[in-house]
Amino acid sequence: MLKISNTSLRAGDFTVDDINLTVSAKEYFVLMGPTGSGKSLLVKAVCGIIPIQSGRIYIDGKDVTHLEPGKRQIGYVPQNSSLFPHLSVVENIIFPLKIRRVNKKKALEIIAPIVDTLGISSLLKRSTLNLSGGEQQKIALARALSFSPKLLILDEPVSALDEPTRCEICTLLKTTQQDFSITTIHICHNMEEARIVSDRLAIISQGRILQMDTLENMIDHPQAEIVKNILRLKDKK
Amino acid sequence: MNFRKSEWSAEVVKSKQNGLFVVSIGSLIFFVVLICLLILADIFYLLHWGVGIEKFWKILTSPQVLDCLRRSFFTSFIALLLVVATAVPVGYALSRYRFFGHSIINTFVDMPIVLPPVVLGISLLAFFGSPIGNWIKEALQHYGISLVSSVGIVMCQYIVSVSYCIRAMKASFDNVDQRLEHVSLTLGCSQEQTFLRVTLPLARNGLIAGGIMAWARAIGVFGPLMVFVGTGSRVQVMPTKMWLELNVGNIENALVVALVTMAIASIALVIVHYMAPGRKWT
Repeated sequence: MLKISNTSLRAGDFTVDDINLTVSAKEYFVLMGPTGSGKSLLVKAVCGIIPIQSGRIYIDGKDVTHLEPGKRQIGYVPQNSSLFPHLSVVENIIFPLKIRRVNKKKALEIIAPIVDTLGISSLLKRSTLNLSGGEQQKIALARALSFSPKLLILDEPVSALDEPTRCEICTLLKTTQQDFSITTIHICHNMEEARIVSDRLAIISQGRILQMDTLENMIDHPQAEIVKNILRLKDKK
Repeated sequence: MNFRKSEWSAEVVKSKQNGLFVVSIGSLIFFVVLICLLILADIFYLLHWGVGIEKFWKILTSPQVLDCLRRSFFTSFIALLLVVATAVPVGYALSRYRFFGHSIINTFVDMPIVLPPVVLGISLLAFFGSPIGNWIKEALQHYGISLVSSVGIVMCQYIVSVSYCIRAMKASFDNVDQRLEHVSLTLGCSQEQTFLRVTLPLARNGLIAGGIMAWARAIGVFGPLMVFVGTGSRVQVMPTKMWLELNVGNIENALVVALVTMAIASIALVIVHYMAPGRKWT
């Protein structure tokens, strides 16, 4: 579904080198690594927010390497609040549909199942300024799903939340992904998050992918010391 | 922190013994009193010379003063439109793009703020004496437009005030979180739609504050007007009217126009204060 081929990119002195990655359709794929490892940079390149130096990016077999972000059909939820403060909750959620010239009545019909799944119907008329962190991320997720994207990218969506809310939102993310059968890439640096949501995960460090497998296989057969450290595995004696 | 009355009094006494407190609050009081005295002096002067509300109104509504007021508002409004049309894209360019010579250009944009206004008038005069300026002047004259008219006034007002609005717009665009623009792009907006639907609405307060600041500056332009368009009856605006009335000894008339200018400036300042960049959406 998503294929990243021999892709390199640069931001200042930092480089992400020769990334090869394939994510299957309807898969929940987790990209895990320490802070500054290049995870966010890579997904921003997939979204088209930053340009790549070399390589190719394909979505559903189509080369999107030089396509502008809005035409890639990617729902992107960044870390912390990304809601537009000048719009209400419902205006935020239907924002992508308004851009696509869908009238308000039709837009509200389209978002109804998403609102039900995420349990946010009581928030629709509220301002975005007095929502909790968890509520803000649910609204951002609803907005990212509203235009039926082919790929959902969640860039550390729960890292700013407290532990119980983090688990609740992760469970919700997994059920939402299954309900809407949407291919998802989720960035995190917490193994508990990966355990709840991932079908498969990749470990990235210093701009390179070190290992890609299911979490269980990775725990059983870590291929590098740094993978053990990131997964916080103790040496088997 | 909760203080009992006696503890609170002790804190106040302690802070009053602080030298910095005395100097800073003392300076603040001095400055506020100075401004109030200047305004009150105008009012007392008018009252001293028997200008009550009735005479004040009569002067204000005299054809010459009304003509100046109308011209001042009309030209400064046109200048404001031109200022906003320049400041929005220039402020955005300075905020969002990094290019060769960025910091020099960023400083250069402030030039009209730091130059004495009369220098800008002389520079306009020199420009329209140059081959390019002559060509523009002749092109305007071809359409029956003279520079010694509202056109010249607008040019002076624009050149003096545009930098204030550019500075406010840049500060506002700097305050807009770029992540929101990135999200907007992924949600289907083009760069232009992102600018119109996300960036500009979020920079709205800066646009209003910068616009009003520039307009207040434009309506008070004097030096460049004296040099570039003169004081003929067809080019008189409030500042030149004040100067002319003073010159012929009509101090009351000058003070009436001055008080109106002060009232306009005060309203502008209050609006700017509430629309300053960085104020949160509440």
